[in-house]
Amino acid sequence: MNQAPEGLLPVLIDAAYLVAGVLFIIGLKRLSSPTTARRGNQLGAAGMLVAIVATLLHWEIVSFVWIIVGIIIGSAVGLVLARSVKMTAMPQMVGLLNGFGGGASALVAGDEYLRFAAGTIDAPIDVQTTIMLSVMIGAVTFSGSLVAFGKLQEIVSGKTVVLPGQAVWAPIFLLAIVALAVWLVAVPPDLPLYITLNVAALILGVFLVMPIGGADMPVVIALLNSYSGIAAAMTGFVLSNNVLIVSGALVGASGIFLSHIMCVAMNRSLSNVLFGAFLGKVMGGGGPAALTDGKTVRDITAEDAAILLAYARGVIFVPGYGLAVSQAQHQVRELSDLLQARGVDVKYAIHPVAGRMPGHMNVLLAEANVPYPQLLEMEEINPEFDHTDVAVVIGANDVVNPAARHDTGSPIYGMPILDVDHAKNVIVMKRSMNPGFAGIENELFYNDNTRMLFGDARKSLTALIHEVKAGV
Amino acid sequence: MLAGLLISLYVFVLALFVGVEIISKVPQMLHTPLMSGSNAISGITVVGAVVVAGRVESPVSTVLAIVAVAFATINVVGGFVVTDRMLQMFKSRGDKR
Repeated sequence: MNQAPEGLLPVLIDAAYLVAGVLFIIGLKRLSSPTTARRGNQLGAAGMLVAIVATLLHWEIVSFVWIIVGIIIGSAVGLVLARSVKMTAMPQMVGLLNGFGGGASALVAGDEYLRFAAGTIDAPIDVQTTIMLSVMIGAVTFSGSLVAFGKLQEIVSGKTVVLPGQAVWAPIFLLAIVALAVWLVAVPPDLPLYITLNVAALILGVFLVMPIGGADMPVVIALLNSYSGIAAAMTGFVLSNNVLIVSGALVGASGIFLSHIMCVAMNRSLSNVLFGAFLGKVMGGGGPAALTDGKTVRDITAEDAAILLAYARGVIFVPGYGLAVSQAQHQVRELSDLLQARGVDVKYAIHPVAGRMPGHMNVLLAEANVPYPQLLEMEEINPEFDHTDVAVVIGANDVVNPAARHDTGSPIYGMPILDVDHAKNVIVMKRSMNPGFAGIENELFYNDNTRMLFGDARKSLTALIHEVKAGV
Repeated sequence: MLAGLLISLYVFVLALFVGVEIISKVPQMLHTPLMSGSNAISGITVVGAVVVAGRVESPVSTVLAIVAVAFATINVVGGFVVTDRMLQMFKSRGDKR
């Protein structure tokens, strides 16, 4: 770092950074209620603007040309991405954006190293250490996020991809990277070695994410989000910049918190999600085959289902990823409007890991104009299934599997589920009898009070709307 | 130098606690916007990238810096805009837009 000049300027810039940090904190705080959330996000954006404008006054800046070029390119790409993305694709969008953030951190730290190597600045051990951390975390975040994006976008196989012997050499590879970083701090600047470290960290990001299945990607994205926060904080240490440290810590905390919530909702440990595949402890197999042996599923026509719904007192919709895949959120809303017009009490039950990231179903249903007070979380809605006439499961599977409650042999045993089987009637909309991502049979489908409505969720819902409108 | 690092660490640790405290109060319904919004905040590295891009040193360094600014700006602009798009859809009653 160049020595700050005497005078008011550095103080002013630091004061502006303080304002930005406070705006970030207030903004995040307002995200705790849907009525204030939008304002909160805008406050965060305002904080970012304050920070950027203050930075433009920085004494080391001699030319604005390249800054403007970078900002124009970035804003254009960012705007196009944000405006065009479908709500169903939100998880991979967050992953992608996150990758860019991590990449930027790595590049900034890399630039500091270049100056150090060129002799422009002197970097003491602590600065060098944070440069290495920033580069490693940033590069892993970058490549890992791109793989996560690819998996969710289905460009890369969503299956777990494990190379032979990965359990043995992956930890060795990680240790080698850390050793290389320590070595780089110990010796005089060495550019080729430094580039090797970058490449190795990029490769590590790929190897860390490839073995994780597509369904677990949201946990990975939340975790990578926290890495990019920590990378930003490390960059803050490098540049001794407090706003970077504060915001990095905020983001780091949020990412770790969210990945923890998702793991709790799936009743799995974070290490099982991350390393389960190549440690050979991934869930699957076994399964409650005995429970479903000899039983058959019964299907129902759209016509009969419509009658069941139209004459019910209370209906609870249980949306899952199938709803997102077939983009059926508008049809659900239309059907529930029709039912409500007939005096049916309609609610939605949202499981913490329904969809592809926490809160994903809420966003999709909000897009279809479903009022958020109708969307209830698992703890609130579970007691209500007992006195509900019809529960409609739309493309959800493992989160409604009763085996999680009682079958100790089931891979999902202990995972909190929605008690849809307690409803008087259950209609399950499903494309086929293929089991969900966990590959587990679902005994719910074989229950006496369950009827299957096979087909694409959107088509089935459209048929139901048609039947209800036809005046059952 | 070490004293400076320690102060930075203080700030970091305290901010971590503030982060956990605030974020644990966000309801599940808003977790997706929370993730994309906090993700936008992590684009704060744009500040570092801007300083780097403003120094005129070597061509290599300039190229790195432009890419860094562009990446961080994508993160910031994309993140805040997409979060806003999501949040404006949350309605307490079923009124049309």
